[in-house]
Amino acid sequence: MGAPVAINGPIGERAITCSHSQWSTGAAEQSERVRAESMGSMVASVEEIGAAAAPQAVERRLGELRATFESGRTRPLSWRQSQLRGLLRLLADKEEEAFRALHDDLGKHRAEAYRDEVGVLTKSANAALREIGKWAAPEKVWVPLVAFPASAQVVPEPLGVVLIFSCWNFPLGLSLEPLIGAIAAGNAVALKPSELAPATARFLEENIGEYLDATAVKVIQGGPAVGEQLMEHRWDKVLFTGCPRVARVVMAAAVKHLTPVALELGGKCPCIFDAVAGRRNLQTSVNRVIFAKWSSCAGQACIAIDYVLVEERFAPTLIKLLKSTLKRFIADSDQMARIVNGRHFQRLSNLLKDPAVAASILHGGGLDAKNLRSIEPTILLNPPLDSAIMTEEIFGPLLPIITVKKIEDSIAFVRARPKPLAVYAFTDSAPLKRRIVEETSSGSVTFNDAVVQFGVDTLPFGGVGQSGFGQYHGKYSFEMFSHKKAVLRRGFLVEAMLRYPPWDEQKIAMMRHLFRYDYVRFIFTFLGLRR
Amino acid sequence: MVESRAAAVQELRARFAAGQTRPAEWRAAQLRGVLRMATEMEAEICDALHADLGKPKTEAHVHELSLIKSSCLFALKNLKKWMKPQKVPAKLMNFPSTARITPEPLGLVLVISAWNYPLLLSLDPVIGAIAAGNAVALKPSEGAPAMSSLLAELLPRFVDGTCIKVIEGGVKETTALLNQKWDKIFYTGNSRVGRVVMTAAAKHLTPAVLELGGKCPVVVDSNVDLHIAAKRIAAGKWGCNNGQACIAPDFIITTQAFAPKLLESLKKVLEKFYGKDPLLSADLSRVVNASHFGRLKGLMDEEMVSDKIVFGGQRDEQQLKIAPTIFLDVPLDSAIMKEEIFGPLLPILTVDKIHESFGLINSMAKPLAAYLFTRDSELQNQFEGAISAGGMLFNDTSIHLTNPYLPFGGVGESGTGAYHGKFSFDAFSHRKAVMNRGFAGEARARYPPYSAPKLKILKGVLEGKLGDMIQAILGFPRGK
Repeated sequence: MGAPVAINGPIGERAITCSHSQWSTGAAEQSERVRAESMGSMVASVEEIGAAAAPQAVERRLGELRATFESGRTRPLSWRQSQLRGLLRLLADKEEEAFRALHDDLGKHRAEAYRDEVGVLTKSANAALREIGKWAAPEKVWVPLVAFPASAQVVPEPLGVVLIFSCWNFPLGLSLEPLIGAIAAGNAVALKPSELAPATARFLEENIGEYLDATAVKVIQGGPAVGEQLMEHRWDKVLFTGCPRVARVVMAAAVKHLTPVALELGGKCPCIFDAVAGRRNLQTSVNRVIFAKWSSCAGQACIAIDYVLVEERFAPTLIKLLKSTLKRFIADSDQMARIVNGRHFQRLSNLLKDPAVAASILHGGGLDAKNLRSIEPTILLNPPLDSAIMTEEIFGPLLPIITVKKIEDSIAFVRARPKPLAVYAFTDSAPLKRRIVEETSSGSVTFNDAVVQFGVDTLPFGGVGQSGFGQYHGKYSFEMFSHKKAVLRRGFLVEAMLRYPPWDEQKIAMMRHLFRYDYVRFIFTFLGLRR
Repeated sequence: MVESRAAAVQELRARFAAGQTRPAEWRAAQLRGVLRMATEMEAEICDALHADLGKPKTEAHVHELSLIKSSCLFALKNLKKWMKPQKVPAKLMNFPSTARITPEPLGLVLVISAWNYPLLLSLDPVIGAIAAGNAVALKPSEGAPAMSSLLAELLPRFVDGTCIKVIEGGVKETTALLNQKWDKIFYTGNSRVGRVVMTAAAKHLTPAVLELGGKCPVVVDSNVDLHIAAKRIAAGKWGCNNGQACIAPDFIITTQAFAPKLLESLKKVLEKFYGKDPLLSADLSRVVNASHFGRLKGLMDEEMVSDKIVFGGQRDEQQLKIAPTIFLDVPLDSAIMKEEIFGPLLPILTVDKIHESFGLINSMAKPLAAYLFTRDSELQNQFEGAISAGGMLFNDTSIHLTNPYLPFGGVGESGTGAYHGKFSFDAFSHRKAVMNRGFAGEARARYPPYSAPKLKILKGVLEGKLGDMIQAILGFPRGK
């Protein structure tokens, strides 16, 4: 086949094409093993195993989702709760398989896989089970006296059949976290995992149907062609997590049926590193920067720290501490996830090929094209601001440090660039914190830590501007996949004659007062007592 | 002096970047300006509405001016509260930390308005955009030219014209505006143009609110106060711009047994409202223009429906007037039942049992509003559960849009997003999550090199086990 655009592809502005022959050796070996295993797998029919689902199969399965939703099956709270419990059982029973899939796809250590994906999902599903009654309950709202007798409510209802496009870097988390919200809201769901994380995609396809209601939740595997086919259909909502270039394609396709979309994109998340007081706090800050850059999927995360801004005079201290702490934390390559595939490896090594960029490498920089684990944690100092590494989202283990004269200059630096998903700052200064919140715009702001805001489900998670729109996590997941229906009930008891034609000045005057909820004036006018 | 469009957008961008639209005082001053305009320029506004639509003065006041004024007052009253950051509980597992949600303006907002309520649908979204601290460009509909030029002339006199601009024009100008980069687009109109707006929005990944329409059904049960029901249906249909309103009742569904009674009641009410010759009544808006008149004439004259007229049918092409016209049992595949009518034509469809109306409504696209007249609360509950619509109203029509505590917007083909009251403020804001962590309680368990003891503690923390959280905070496991 030709070289189609990768819909669930990499974060990055360059046109990158996908073709099955470009698999690296490691990945090809893995896919052999998985194919052998799946020969003996249960339940699924031949056309639905492993690689892309055939077009007719996709159509049939979508039809089933729509029929299931129309039947009302997904509406009762009891059904939704049983699905959430099913998900929790899946995560508990199949934890080892999940760790294995994440290790196959990304080389994630099980601690990272638990901390960032399995554990977070368990927390989220439990929270949804606890809160679902509250979220789904109609909310009474105030009605003005003029409408008496009347009652008004906002009633949440499911949108219908929703589509979730997941991404390869947190292939379990970015699939199941939105799924939790979609199910809690009472929808039927199609989940399209990224084909660039095939072991996890297979894990999902094999287990979702086992633990959840297979007529209402379906995993549809495949590459860009399947993605395009899916977008030909009418959905009641589409959530896309990925890069801006493909997001445009998805949003343009959504126009056909006026499908509402939510986009979770990325950006270059800056970390403003102020001179933090005290050795202990400074060390803690450096720990957290390393955690947010290298310990989260080797920097391949939408909320990873992309680059650091620090005052000139403080840069040497920061760099020294980064180097020494890195040595302790990431002593060998299996403490860090690997680069997902050969194409991304190439992209990252190209970032370093620029001579001016290569010259700015202070630490690391080593890589071996035959080994996807071999990109060392790399620190650069002041690469040119117009180089690719400073204009594209890095999504890898390379950390540019940009120096500024005064730390406050960072604010203008960040403002001059597209709005990122997160802004981070390590600082003791309350005025600096206030300025950062007020003068920069981003999906979120976190002080003195990074990435952890992801696990706080009382905070909405999502972007703004180029980093996307729509928010989820916690109750926001529920709302993302719901329609808030306004319902007003009136009675026949009281009838305001002044509403109806034929019109006259007195009726107009009375209505003016009513609309201002000025009941005293209304009564006067009604009784014919003018001012 | 009319500045060029590109220069206008550039100024909006510069002013927003300079922070001019952020302070609460500025926002309140603009809202007061709009309020003053709606108060001092009533006569001019009513004249423009009459010129564009033949809108009766009462409708101009009740449906447009009053609503704008109460919208301003509501926003002014609540502005400080809406702007305040909202603290949220930060989880124990992130101890110590605090978290809040801070609303911030999106930036540059484009509001594209419609012709049928040209004041309301222009200024109501603008009010929300201003309250949220944005810079705004308003493109009034060229279908209501008198109001468009009135807004272009008046608004700069009452508000800060450097940050709130009216840009007039037709398809060409609107297309050019859509090609600029906006931080939010708010469109009110039909789904065909809605698709054009969404396509343009996709280029810059701009979020959009689309307030579209649909065929708003009215189901009438026999268990009602018939006279009141007929009045409320008539007021919602012909008292709202003569049916040219997105939430006007589009068609009625009732039982075969009840239809004759309903029809009689409607006829009586219509004669009371508009007299024996409705084309002479000053209380009926005219059809907006010749093109729409032709469209409605086509719907009325279609062969399979023209013999189903049971009331009305009079028309005056010179005056662009069509009398309230009722049809009985038109075929479902007639044009009048396939597209949004947006005019004074009201089909009544009959079914055997009232529950059959549910299936009929669900076979169509989701409407902006669905109405049911019945005293039977069981039927009401069933309707609420079975029918999806932007909004729903029992025993009345249209008035739910005046309640600022109810979100107003569509679902499915009738649109996406909502506004009114605080929902307007939210539509034009970004809810920024802000988390503030302390340095104490450094959890070694989160960092590599990873180990089984660390994993055990992480599990406990994520499962909310207090013992593990304490260990994490105290820096266990010791050593690495």
